[in-house]
Amino acid sequence: MGSHTRRSPHGQTKWWIWRAGVFLAALAPLLYWSWMVANNAAGPEPGRYLLLNIGIGGLWMLLLTLCLTPLTKLTRWKGFALIRRQLGLWALTYATLHLLSYALFILGLDWSRLGSEIIKRPYIIVGMIALIGLAMLGATSNRWAMKRLGKRWKPLHKCSYAILGLVLLHFFWVVRADMQEWAMYAALAALIMATRLPPVARTLPKLRTR
Amino acid sequence: MLIKIAKPSDLHESDVTPESIYLSRRRFMGGMAGLGAGLALSRRVHASDAYTDVPEGNAPPWLQEKISETEWRSVTPTDPDKDRIAPFDDASGYNNFFEFGTDKRDPARHAGSLQTQPWSVVVDGEVNNGGRIALEDLATPSQFEERIYRLRCVEAWSMVIPWLGIPLADIIRRAEPTSNAKYVRFETLVDPEQMRGQRSSFSIIEWPYVEGLRMDEAMHPLTILALGMYGRELPNQNGAPLRLVVPWKYGFKSIKSIVRISLVEEQPLNSWQQIAADEYGFYANVNPEVDHPRWSQATERRLPNSLFNTNTIDTLMFNGYADEVAELYAGMDLRKHY
Repeated sequence: MGSHTRRSPHGQTKWWIWRAGVFLAALAPLLYWSWMVANNAAGPEPGRYLLLNIGIGGLWMLLLTLCLTPLTKLTRWKGFALIRRQLGLWALTYATLHLLSYALFILGLDWSRLGSEIIKRPYIIVGMIALIGLAMLGATSNRWAMKRLGKRWKPLHKCSYAILGLVLLHFFWVVRADMQEWAMYAALAALIMATRLPPVARTLPKLRTR
Repeated sequence: MLIKIAKPSDLHESDVTPESIYLSRRRFMGGMAGLGAGLALSRRVHASDAYTDVPEGNAPPWLQEKISETEWRSVTPTDPDKDRIAPFDDASGYNNFFEFGTDKRDPARHAGSLQTQPWSVVVDGEVNNGGRIALEDLATPSQFEERIYRLRCVEAWSMVIPWLGIPLADIIRRAEPTSNAKYVRFETLVDPEQMRGQRSSFSIIEWPYVEGLRMDEAMHPLTILALGMYGRELPNQNGAPLRLVVPWKYGFKSIKSIVRISLVEEQPLNSWQQIAADEYGFYANVNPEVDHPRWSQATERRLPNSLFNTNTIDTLMFNGYADEVAELYAGMDLRKHY
């Protein structure tokens, strides 16, 4: 790990490859699901297939983004910190595509129904709030916004914890009969959030010296 | 005089054949049987002609024989545009059967572990002639009929599926219900060894899966027990070897892999009502005016659909079978009794 943190003439290229690799890995599921739909392998309701997969994909992106800070503390590897903004933006992208697939593939772009559904269904309201939150964080993820916000940037971006909670609530409300999948994600989320508890957060950097 | 101008998209009364007509048609077909023999065409050939994309099943000989003697297309929806029969792959690859998992593809993946032969059904409760009955004996006295029905899922999608089966009324009459029999209660098999969904410790459903009908609903000529679909036996994921089909109710009423039929005095507590009574009632009649709390029931997506054509159509009262069944609910508040 140490070699990564040292300055080397090849350093810039290496980070570029790492970032591009993460980009492709995050894009790959979308390409795979599109390929499945294009090959009629997504079942009789391809829109719903995309909707559900992209939704779960977005949750993955959010969980992965929130893994990066504890992983950096644990390993001191610069690579994790370098992809935090990218993965956060992927979470926003997935969430946006999730809403778009709902509007396009489930409601058939019936805008009046989208309006009435958003007002009527609590799980959709919660999902929309989470998406708006992610959009807000995405919009303030650039250098210019970081500079302008200064000290306020960090507390603002801690909203991602609340967003994770909202996403899980949104998911919880959709479940019909078996909580297993939801419980797995909730447990992962709890584990990731536990690393933010002050005693745990203080211990993480010490673990890496061993 | 009432003048009604029908839109071409409207469903016609002829969509569903009334009992009196299909009974007379049965006599007609009997008369035609001689002609059929003259043309050296077995009815089995007719069936396989209609469903050429359907893989051969593995029905035991007695079932194969029952299928070959089916009265084909005894009830059919006739809107050729909307009510197109779903491809077999979709009807057998996109299922809710939580005993085998919660994903729509899980039942097709995992239901192969279910042993459907031999199979027996317990008929008990308020009956004079109950007992454990082998499936073969349960089904044999009745003639198979093919019923092409719309299936409307509570999740707002629908398919048109050609079932093969016998009227539930046949079974109930043979059991000789007592005057105490007010409802029919059904149970699905419980066997975690064969049904992996029942091994999940996170399942909200208490096994066995239970469903119920009021006696008049159960005796209605549209209510059938299906042993086959698409001219062959049921695939396991579709509820082999014996499932209920009640076409004017949401799909979850159509309990699968039945092992017990009980005639009872009290209204049974069906599984979904037990889980979420505010979302799923006992009657579960398809009703575009009563929303599910999480989505509208006014429309449905007729499957298969495609990415940019959701194939959304208006949901019809009682799934389009109102002429046949509305009178069962005369005077009832269907917002309360959903």
